[in-house]
Amino acid sequence: MTCTEFLALLDELMDGTVAAETRAQLEEHLGGCAHCTVTLNTTRKTIEVYRSNELYELPKSVRERLHQAIVARCKNGC
Amino acid sequence: MSTIQVTGENEQHPDVALVASAVAGDVQAFEKLIRKYDRQIFRIAQHITQNREDAEDVVQDAFLKAYEKLDQFQGNSKFYTWLVRIAVNESLMRLRKRRTGKMVSIDEDIETDEGSVPRDLADWSPNPEQNYSQTELAKILRKTIQGLPPGFRVVFVLRDVDGLSTEETAEMLGLSVPAVKSRLLRARLQLRERLSRYFRSKKAGEK
Ligand SMILES: [Zn+2]
Repeated sequence: MTCTEFLALLDELMDGTVAAETRAQLEEHLGGCAHCTVTLNTTRKTIEVYRSNELYELPKSVRERLHQAIVARCKNGC
Repeated sequence: MSTIQVTGENEQHPDVALVASAVAGDVQAFEKLIRKYDRQIFRIAQHITQNREDAEDVVQDAFLKAYEKLDQFQGNSKFYTWLVRIAVNESLMRLRKRRTGKMVSIDEDIETDEGSVPRDLADWSPNPEQNYSQTELAKILRKTIQGLPPGFRVVFVLRDVDGLSTEETAEMLGLSVPAVKSRLLRARLQLRERLSRYFRSKKAGEK
């Protein structure tokens, strides 16, 4: 397996949707390729860091204002 | 962080009852749906429009549109899927308004070399966030994702931040499953590559 072939299956590997046989091939490649190991680790971390940090918080005051505006218009039949 | 609950195929999704009550005129039931999803809608709208005012408007307009058309809502798709679809369209409309003359579309597929072959190979994976305050880190993450095309940003947010399936994401964006898959891979790799510039340099020039 080449690095390009590995990369093409990176998502399936991370999402755990890869068949057992292919997984074994991917792991074998990882065992001998520092390049792809780093790519896998840092890509996983990229996802994790985006998942665990809210970038666009909706402030409570804005939330309430929006709710009131929406509900008021819904009650008026929009 | 919010994740969408996965319910069994035959189990009735809790939103179905809320939608039914809302259609029957129960505004409180609709309010529950607003409370449930407003943060996610706001996040998606912010990621697409990159503008706070627009994102707030999108939240308001998406829910109002949904309420207006609630009786047309097909129970065979999830309420949230349907709502996101409305919000994505509203967001794109606003983005187009601000960037007049510039093509803005979710199915615009941008071919880039970036991310196809990872170049930066410092392993910063264990805990790069240690070196930053939360504010600093959020700033880096925002700046990094802003560099991606809107169609990539939204796929990444729906799949990896919201935790939705490829199929749901495809339905929300009106894209094919292979298109979502290809975008997700490139979005992940591009973000990785761009984050490397921050995280490895910090590591190299440690304070
Ligand atoms: Zn490799």
